[in-house]
Amino acid sequence: MNQRGKWLAAPAFIWLLCFFLAPLFFIVFYSFFERGVYGEIVYRFTLSNYIRMADSIYVKILLDTLAISVITTVVTLLIAYPLAYYISGLPKRKQRIWLLLIMVPFWINFLIRSFAWIIILRSKGIVNSLLLEWGWIEKPLALLYNDGAVLLGMVYALLPFMVLPLYVSLEKLDRRKLEAAYDLGATPWKAFLYVTLPLMKHGIMNGSMLVFVSSLGMFVVPDILGGAKSVLLGNLIQNQFLSARDWPFGSSVSIILMVFSFILIVLYQKAVAAGQHWEGERQ
Amino acid sequence: MKELIQLNQVEKQFGRQQVIHPMVLSVFEGEFLTLLGPSGCGKTTLLRMIAGFEQPSKGDIFLLGENITHLPPYKRDMNMVFQHYALFPHMTVEENILFGLKMKGVNQSEQKRRLEEVLELTQLSEWRKRRPAQLSGGQQQRVAIARAVVNQPKVLLLDEPLGALDYQLRKSLQIELKNLQKQLGITFVYVTHDQEEAMTMSDRIVILNKGKIEQIGTPQEIYYRPRNIFVANFIGENNILEKNGKHYSIRPEKIKVYKAGEPINEKAKTGRITDVIFSGNHVKLYISLEREAQRLLVYDYTFDATLWKQGEIVNVAWNESDEVELR
Repeated sequence: MNQRGKWLAAPAFIWLLCFFLAPLFFIVFYSFFERGVYGEIVYRFTLSNYIRMADSIYVKILLDTLAISVITTVVTLLIAYPLAYYISGLPKRKQRIWLLLIMVPFWINFLIRSFAWIIILRSKGIVNSLLLEWGWIEKPLALLYNDGAVLLGMVYALLPFMVLPLYVSLEKLDRRKLEAAYDLGATPWKAFLYVTLPLMKHGIMNGSMLVFVSSLGMFVVPDILGGAKSVLLGNLIQNQFLSARDWPFGSSVSIILMVFSFILIVLYQKAVAAGQHWEGERQ
Repeated sequence: MKELIQLNQVEKQFGRQQVIHPMVLSVFEGEFLTLLGPSGCGKTTLLRMIAGFEQPSKGDIFLLGENITHLPPYKRDMNMVFQHYALFPHMTVEENILFGLKMKGVNQSEQKRRLEEVLELTQLSEWRKRRPAQLSGGQQQRVAIARAVVNQPKVLLLDEPLGALDYQLRKSLQIELKNLQKQLGITFVYVTHDQEEAMTMSDRIVILNKGKIEQIGTPQEIYYRPRNIFVANFIGENNILEKNGKHYSIRPEKIKVYKAGEPINEKAKTGRITDVIFSGNHVKLYISLEREAQRLLVYDYTFDATLWKQGEIVNVAWNESDEVELR
């Protein structure tokens, strides 16, 4: 990088240093200390915060979080792919409208959008009222405050993060390669499996990564739609910092979450690098 | 000769636009047939209908008597070489070539045998483990051809396969392709806008214009016996004459030029040279006739470009038998 570039990067660097690296450092720092009786930090080195994570309650939370994140990723992928495929096949003008529609929810605060789901799902909510009205059910279904509601909320919140990368890679996909596959005797399904999917690997992995890592740390959705029953890693951290006032333990859980995400990102980059050698294809 | 492909009153509309007018065309077994025409004449659409990527709006397509009009591409016993090759970038040369055989469930030993054969044929053996991005344009071209012929299709459809290559490479690949076609005995249907390419390679040429067939014939027939003004003008350079309300063409190389004062026959016409253009093995002379409002193009094969001067008065003559009546 040249001298001028360095100066241009300076504001961003200082910003990251003060508001990202410094807090991160404190988190790492706190995670090795004890909690005092009144929630203050006692500066005595300990590993107990990490050892505490091995407790079956917390292991279960970790596994639950991983499970719901995997399911969220798979479900968003399954919903987003056909949508992205449909959009990429439209004329340019319509594509822009669709992409705008997908982004519009970002203009409204996420908390408010989550509360909107309560209105839709609660026992006297829109869905239950309609089903009762039509006589399809006798009494309201329990649609809220369970894992299903959490999954729904997560998929809803993270869908755009899957649609956009998929759309980008479908846009780049050369459809003549699909024609070549059909020409060589591939049925549409086989062409999808052997040509489309490998060529879209990047988009799929980008989207999955964004959704998976985001769902690992999600706490608003389980809080609002999951009620008290659903505790994920994100909620655990939030509770430790805000309610339990156990900053050291909250810090250690954060670190564990971060390490998990980090390992995944490294694995992801390895996988991408493995597929890189055909990138610069000549036309 | 056996009819392999038959188009019966095939037509195609895109929206309101008539891209192909009702058309009858036969492709015979083992021939090298070229669809030649200016861009937008419908030649690629026609090829894509034969391949199954487009459906005719009306009419039927037969392959060996079987109606294949509504068969999807993957059920047609023919293969295509695409304009930009459309190789699979995530597969090696070998994997690209084997793709078709795998899709059709050909057994392993047969796959291997055919792979070796076709690698040999296209001289790709040493590149077999490479990916398309690591190959030159000419090599990619060969992979595209290998990937198609390995399936031993009844027909090979080629959509301007040499269009992306430079002139020298195109020349040598033209001859290679022609030899390959003879060697394999596969029927080729070849689309190009390059008449020189069509002349070099084809057994028969179909001249298309605005979705209609203007003429079908051997390269010689097309060149020396153009049927109408379009073909006469489209293929090579030509002079169009008008006599008694009828049009005739006469090739520039069939016209002789004489210096003023040279003995001439009574049919010769006098004119003035307006332009002299040196073209390597011949000189192009543009001559305005004195008595008629007619400008002639004449090729002169004397090896002295300084022989003719702009503004010079000359006489021109040709045999009436070299005139071609046009419709």
